[in-house]
Amino acid sequence: MKKVIVIGNGMVGYKFCEKLAAHPDFEAFQVVVFGEEPRPAYDRVHLSEYFSDKTADQLLLAGRDWYASKGIALHTSELVTAIDLEAKTVTTHKQAVYEYDNLILATGSAPFVPPIKGADKKGVFVYRTIEDLDAMKAYAAKLKSGAKAAVLGGGLLGLEAANAAKELGLEAHVIEFAPRLMPRQLDDAASAILQAKIESLGIGIHLSKATQQIAGDEAIERMEFADDTHLDVDMLIISAGIRPRDELARACGIQVGPRGGIVVNEKMQTSDSHVYAIGEVALYNDGIYGLVAPGYEMADVAVHQLTDGSKSMAASIDMSTQLKLIGTEVASFGDPFIENEEVAAITYVNKRNGIYKRINVARDGSRLYGGILVGDSSDYNSLFQIYYNAMKLPLNPEDLILGSRGGDSNILGSVLDLPDTAQICSCESVSKGSICKSIEEGTCSDLKDVIKCTKATTGCGGCKPMVVDLVNETLKALGKEVKDTVCEHFKYNRQELYDLIKIKLIKTFEEALARLGSGCGCEICKPVIASIFSSVYMDTANKQPVIQDSNDRFLANIQRNGTYSVVPRVAGGEISPEKLIVLGEVAKKYNLYTKITGGQRIDLFGARLHELPLIWKELIDAGFESGHAYGKSLRTVKSCVGSTWCRYGMHESVSFAIEIENRYRGLRSPHKLKGGVSGCIRECAEARGKDFGLIAVDGGWNLYVCGNGGATPKHAILLAEQLDDATCIKYLDRFLMFYIRTSGPLVRTAPWLEKLDGGIEYLKQVVIEDSLGIAEELETEMQGLVNKYECEWKQAIEDPKLASRFKHFVNSDDVDDTVEFVSLRDQKMPRPW
Amino acid sequence: MEELLNNYTSVFPDTATSWVRVGHTSDFPENGGACVKHGKLQIAVFNFSLTSKWYACQNLCPHKLEMVLSRGMTGDTDGIPKVACPLHKKTFSLEDGSNLNGESYQIATYPVKIQDNMVYIGFSDK
Ligand code: SRM
Ligand SMILES: Cc1cc2nc3c(=O)[nH]c(=O)nc-3n(C[C@H](O)[C@H](O)[C@H](O)COP(=O)(O)OP(=O)(O)OC[C@H]3O[C@@H](n4cnc5c(N)ncnc54)[C@H](O)[C@@H]3O)c2cc1C
Ligand code: SF4
Ligand code: FES
Repeated sequence: MKKVIVIGNGMVGYKFCEKLAAHPDFEAFQVVVFGEEPRPAYDRVHLSEYFSDKTADQLLLAGRDWYASKGIALHTSELVTAIDLEAKTVTTHKQAVYEYDNLILATGSAPFVPPIKGADKKGVFVYRTIEDLDAMKAYAAKLKSGAKAAVLGGGLLGLEAANAAKELGLEAHVIEFAPRLMPRQLDDAASAILQAKIESLGIGIHLSKATQQIAGDEAIERMEFADDTHLDVDMLIISAGIRPRDELARACGIQVGPRGGIVVNEKMQTSDSHVYAIGEVALYNDGIYGLVAPGYEMADVAVHQLTDGSKSMAASIDMSTQLKLIGTEVASFGDPFIENEEVAAITYVNKRNGIYKRINVARDGSRLYGGILVGDSSDYNSLFQIYYNAMKLPLNPEDLILGSRGGDSNILGSVLDLPDTAQICSCESVSKGSICKSIEEGTCSDLKDVIKCTKATTGCGGCKPMVVDLVNETLKALGKEVKDTVCEHFKYNRQELYDLIKIKLIKTFEEALARLGSGCGCEICKPVIASIFSSVYMDTANKQPVIQDSNDRFLANIQRNGTYSVVPRVAGGEISPEKLIVLGEVAKKYNLYTKITGGQRIDLFGARLHELPLIWKELIDAGFESGHAYGKSLRTVKSCVGSTWCRYGMHESVSFAIEIENRYRGLRSPHKLKGGVSGCIRECAEARGKDFGLIAVDGGWNLYVCGNGGATPKHAILLAEQLDDATCIKYLDRFLMFYIRTSGPLVRTAPWLEKLDGGIEYLKQVVIEDSLGIAEELETEMQGLVNKYECEWKQAIEDPKLASRFKHFVNSDDVDDTVEFVSLRDQKMPRPW
Repeated sequence: MEELLNNYTSVFPDTATSWVRVGHTSDFPENGGACVKHGKLQIAVFNFSLTSKWYACQNLCPHKLEMVLSRGMTGDTDGIPKVACPLHKKTFSLEDGSNLNGESYQIATYPVKIQDNMVYIGFSDK
């Protein structure tokens, strides 16, 4: 048995273990791992998610049981303090001595703390480990509200740390010595766009600031700069670069670089041939690479060197990065700055949308050297491939960032044109060849298989769109049909299911499974089919509660602590004082948190399951009905006050909004539907931000369709002009029914239109000119649904059998005693996670 | 809340020391779930009427430690019966409690017995 000791159980040290354990020769090795940190290696790249939605356990790359199952001895909380190269042993702080045949140094790096006076004060932190984050969290919790945190360093990590500070509820500031943000990845123009974006998120940016001293009594109170300015802060996070942890190597005489880092050759061997160094501690080709992908590659090389000797490190290491930054996209690849006699930069700047794109292209158009993307990095994967594989550029290289203005074809042409060696997933170094081969050779038959057997997409996930394309295109090339089937239980897409259910008059989920599908169904197909039943038969969610999405099953939105919210319909946003009082009284009686929603109505939060029927009984008695805030269904039709009161109003927008909302209330659809009606072109109802919007103009209404706010905002597009009320409703009936029939599940009207062959012109033909000859059918169908409307909450409380589902325990009348609320500005909120 | 998790450990038909009656079969929706109380434990019980099988597991979702799993949607994947948490749709095998999204946390499962239309859950407490 060959004894291998790994010092450092960080991301790269773990990857070494994973790769060695997967190697056919693994049996010949006995592996011992030492980690200074108290827990096994975790995902440092996603460390910031520890502040939002991940626990320490979820960040683990593998649990202790994994090491045990592989026979790897893992010693956490144990620091190696010395190496004896002669005796081939290491000594730990517990004075234990272990022998090795081969030693792997994966000690990573430590944050660099510049020698600034006062850097040792309380309230000054670094950002590298879970313990660092715990300490920050505890400190921030003790600060008064409105406290300020600064981050020293405006690089990649600094910006991430600033966002974390913001998530801790602090006012965040970034202090950078250089005149721009992310100086290693961005040029001035890109930095300016990014700065504007980050400032708009409420984070202060201070460039060209040399910090002279950190002032304060015991704890930090103020940062003083060389230009005699200062910033009052209560906390500081230092993110000024990294220093390789080469102290062990240095002490035992292994060669280190003049500015630190353990010198390695292309085999990852140090100056002692039995000792290897990998990850952020390794100095390879005069460089330290502070990214995880090169570290993983080094781990792979070291494994191969210890076994079959078949692999060594490439001469140049790619430092392209794509960031998961605070609500904005940033990427840089290749040489982002190069510009000379041979290379020219092409840039696109859009200050209105905060977009900057730069590509550095050979003047003779022969190849792409690098570039920068801010605000929109959707083309990153394609550009990176073109650069990395030195692929041919289009005739007009500017098309690479502007899009060929004829259509929306992919700038790469087909993904299958990439060379087999093109690296698609750089975290796991998976090439195009290995993805395609896994399918061609029959090892894998779909995306799920490919991910499982190649591990592509399991790192940062940035390559997912490209992997999906590759899998689909390869399947197509093999003559296999690629279907957008709903899930493993139904081999049909939504439109086919809709037609089949309608033609075969299928009425229950069990029947659908028996006649069209297989298995027991799942959380994907059940809601799709439930939605189709309601669109075809106007079934309410009471008919088959267990196949509804979890919110529809209980006719309410579930909250973070398992309680629910109550949102009665307030059509068009118009509400009488009497009804307002009822809402207030009910909220008081059941101690509910109340808030005005973005949809012009009132949300009552924090109701327990068994209270829902009681609350709704009181509301329904007072004349309210369900607002369907929980369903993929019509939500609200927002109105502005219109011609009844407004001095500019051209038509009665409130009356029309109420009429439309009442017409389509309860209508279920592939995704939610929202409408708006504005009384004039000032557009106070934001009708063009909705799935359908009406704007009053001289001579009638202009009808806009397929807009939305949300994650990908889209303005609605003009469908028809100067319509009277009746024509408006006729067109709306046709449009909505056509969408309901033909859209994919959870596809809102805007992306549906984008995929519709022929786009808005085709939609106009169908809706206005009736080119398919189905207009009358669509109208009749819609009128049928409108006639069948019933308030599902009224149904639910009137039928005791239906009401029986609103009970926490089947066998007890107790309430769930684990639900806790805390107080918030005179109201309540769930105890935070 | 973390300590809540420690209350739940899987029980298997052969390690069950007591079988507790928790209700009539009709108390549990077909192809859906409901929650029962046993001492300080909350147990989610699922009635897979399509396959005539019953399953039980902790009601506590290990993701954010909320008592919600009984309200999740049931189904199967590659033949493994599962439940999807209503909060973030993490899915768990009802056969062995493992997480089916490849994450490390899992849930405890309990054996279910049906006798004369009554539902019994197996526990191994004292
Ligand atoms: C309550 C409310 C926020 C508020 O306090 O104002 C809200 C709350 C939620 N929204 Fe919203 N949205 C609310 C107005 C909006 C708006 C504004 C508007 O309608 O004018 C938008 C952007 C406009 C739009 O939809 O085009 C909006 C865009 C979303 C989206 C993104 C949709 C998209 O297409 O990108 C989601 C996620 C989804 O539906 O998949 C979402 C999902 C949610 C969910 C349902 C998330 C969930 O599943 O739990 C939230 C439920 C809260 C609850 O427990 O009640 N909410 N949501 C608003 C309720 C309006 C109402 O009266 O019904
Ligand atoms: C907040 C944050 C965000 C990041 N984001 C990205 C990103 O988006 N993309 C990207 O590519 N990279 C990112 N990185 C960088 C990435 O995390 C590192 O490149 C990677 O972790 C390096 O792995 P490593 O194993 O070399 O070092 P580490 O993960 O630091 O592991 C080294 C381990 O060795 C231990 N150790 C050191 N000396 C000893 C000793 N003598 N005895 C025992 N144990 C010892 C240390 O305690 C540590 O646990 C980020 C880093 C941070 C901190
Ligand atoms: S934007 Fe909507 S979904 Fe997001 S937190 Fe606010 S209410 Fe919830
Ligand atoms: S709480 Fe269950 S999945 Fe998040």
